[in-house]
Amino acid sequence: MTYGLEGPAPEDRPAPQGRRTPQGIRIDPEVEAEHEPRRTVISALVKHEPGVLSDVSGLFSRRQFNIESLTVGPTEDESQARITLVVEEPDPGIAQVKKQLRKLIPVISVRELPGDAMRRELALIKVNATQPDRVAAVADMYGAKAVDASPETATFEITGSRQKIDAAIETFGQFGIRELSRTGTTALARDTEDTASEAPVEQQVNRQQTTSPHPTANDD
Amino acid sequence: MSERAAPITRETDEQPAETRPDDSSTETDRPPVTTGAEAVVRTLENAGVEYAFGVQGGAIMPVYDALYDSEIYHVTMAHEQGAAHAADAYGIVSGEPGLCLATSGPGATNLVTGIADADMDSDPMLALTGQVPTAFVGNDAFQETDTTGVTAPITKDNTFSSDSARVGQDVAEAFALAREGRPGPTLVDLPKDVTNGETDRVPDELTPPDTYEVQEEADPEIVRDAARRIEASSRPVMLLGGGVIKADAAEECRAFAIEHEIPVITTMPGLGSFPEDHDLSLEMAGMHGTGYANMAISLCDTLIGVGTRFDDRLTGGIETFAPDAEVIHVDIDPAEISKNIHAEYPLVGDAATVMEQLADEVDASPEAKKWRAQCQQWKSEYSMAYQAPEDEPVKPQFVVEALDEATSDQAIVTTGVGQHQMWACQYWTYTEPRTWVSSHGLGTMGYGVPAAIGARLAADDDQEVVCIDGDASFLMTIQELSVAVRENMDITVAVLNNEYIGMVRQWQDAFFEGRHSASEYGWCPEFDKLAEAFGAKGFRIDEYDEVADTIEAALAYDGPSVIDVHIDPRENVYPMVPSGGDNSQFALTEDQL
Ligand SMILES: Cc1ncc(C[n+]2csc(CCOP(=O)(O)OP(=O)(O)O)c2C)c(N)n1
Repeated sequence: MTYGLEGPAPEDRPAPQGRRTPQGIRIDPEVEAEHEPRRTVISALVKHEPGVLSDVSGLFSRRQFNIESLTVGPTEDESQARITLVVEEPDPGIAQVKKQLRKLIPVISVRELPGDAMRRELALIKVNATQPDRVAAVADMYGAKAVDASPETATFEITGSRQKIDAAIETFGQFGIRELSRTGTTALARDTEDTASEAPVEQQVNRQQTTSPHPTANDD
Repeated sequence: MSERAAPITRETDEQPAETRPDDSSTETDRPPVTTGAEAVVRTLENAGVEYAFGVQGGAIMPVYDALYDSEIYHVTMAHEQGAAHAADAYGIVSGEPGLCLATSGPGATNLVTGIADADMDSDPMLALTGQVPTAFVGNDAFQETDTTGVTAPITKDNTFSSDSARVGQDVAEAFALAREGRPGPTLVDLPKDVTNGETDRVPDELTPPDTYEVQEEADPEIVRDAARRIEASSRPVMLLGGGVIKADAAEECRAFAIEHEIPVITTMPGLGSFPEDHDLSLEMAGMHGTGYANMAISLCDTLIGVGTRFDDRLTGGIETFAPDAEVIHVDIDPAEISKNIHAEYPLVGDAATVMEQLADEVDASPEAKKWRAQCQQWKSEYSMAYQAPEDEPVKPQFVVEALDEATSDQAIVTTGVGQHQMWACQYWTYTEPRTWVSSHGLGTMGYGVPAAIGARLAADDDQEVVCIDGDASFLMTIQELSVAVRENMDITVAVLNNEYIGMVRQWQDAFFEGRHSASEYGWCPEFDKLAEAFGAKGFRIDEYDEVADTIEAALAYDGPSVIDVHIDPRENVYPMVPSGGDNSQFALTEDQL
């Protein structure tokens, strides 16, 4: 004996026409919404207290956001620290990153930096120094500063955009890189603009899922 | 010892049970605060806390010592998980944060499930945990656990309190944070030296940390656009979630739906936000929602979601969720907007406030007569029926309906997790907010009994509290019956006993070729006798003709009672949308899966 409810079987029911993307966005028959990941810099001002960094990093792993780098350090106000995050996500993901970050109680403000923000990274590169002249020439080319030298090795400090450092590393590569350490990007907004000044909540809520408020930033 | 609150009884006619501590002692005749622990307790008293649920232990002892002289009535639970669930349920029913206490290490980790549960369901709750003295922290001291580390992902916020002079403030902020905006569990970890340390500082204000911002009113421009959308729609639906109840916005939502004749669906946590016996109600949508709710959600053109996070048990596959609908989403938490389902009209704000804003802005009701007729037709096509032949074992749906009939509209239902929970959703007619107490987001078996204890203390004396449990769920926290007996709490537990881990067996039947791996109970204790051993009243039902009388007797019993209901072990929950499936493709029988 079968138990069950009355009514037409699944295939006999009226079916809706539309569809949504995996991000839950209704597909407009006219324009199919596409969401390619983009790289962006998010700056968060946080209370300078224990546990904040683990709150932030925990948030990223828990929610499976694609994070490129995270740097943190004190600011001019000793009760506050600045966390600079580089994330690569489609627009809805970036919107979520910002909103979820803002939800953490020790977070004071969150902002996605405009494309023209200054971004810098520091790298220490230890190379084989068997051809000192050529090594020095490469260092010169990238404005790298020698910070240590031994009969076999030379270590350079280099700051700049991510691309510049990538390029330097590649060029140094011909000598054989022994060790490498990079810091990840830190950034500030230009001019008088306040890096972490926060837009009011309603403006943060992405109304139309279009592109970001700022053009996707290219590193300097 | 502080005066013990009288046991909670149903008979209120003769003499109202004195459960609230009297207010005769004022600020001035209370002794001055001298320790961190006293500051904690005084802060809680000032916050209006009446009950605490917890278990003693080394690191939390100073706080308990301060509670000894307090007006706060402490309920000693059998297990800290029970304390957390009781506090959670107290929060759901009363709207004020429920308080639970545990010692460090194992006490704190035992709270974890209950905290995670409250977090998923946005229930207001404050957990206070003892911690080893600050000098030992990080040294793997006896009963040390990194409690703030463990609970970081499952709390709205947590704090390691490191200073006796600040500890009251930390607790005050945590309490305020738990209930403000989108509610949630907060935790303060209290090292023993901090609670033992000297202080006379008690905060005078209950405000959340200054970085916490809540937006009450939605952007008027978006409200306007949403109003136009509603006016223009021909297939509108309101979807009311748990947030409606949290925000006390049921009134506003009801008024709006009724004025504009918009069919209403609730999520599982939203049960009770709209009266299910109203014509416009399509009841609950989702995996085990009604066929008519799921049809309406699938075919609507405008979805007004209020206080819902679009959980996957509701939406099924995202691609097929309300695919024709433009979504108006009202939520206090901006991060919920467009997290799972993109909202064309994001309305961030308090649900009651925003619904009033919307009500003011909508000038004309949508023309949706045909749509409403269609919904009514679905209602009769897919009516929530079940078959109950006399000569077969009792059907669980029948028992749920009988319980509903025997109790008032105000009765509170708590549940475990499994098939019985779904039948409790489907076959009980919810009409009032804060009468449905269940574990939604986390789906925690064992929630029912401790939740009934917390709900009992938050409920009015004449409100019945009924726990509809499963055999396996009941066994997980059965020890809390001892608490209900000790406190003489009038709760009625109906165990829908199928001697199966029923919901799992249902899935095994549907998706694992009936291979019942670890879902059969070869032997199950006799719950009525077990109840008697605990000192509760035990009943048993095997036949239909025992149902009504036994329920009546159990409800009439003045104290905890347990009915062991032997139901048809093969009964399954339908309709069902297979997980990740299309809501309009719900199965009515196993053959349709
Ligand atoms: C703590 C916990 N463990 C495991 C599960 C997985 N689970 C979901 S439903 C279920 C069966 C519940 O059985 P029972 O309480 O007897 O209820 P029934 O489905 O038989 O009504 C299980 C094991 C869970 N939800 N919670």
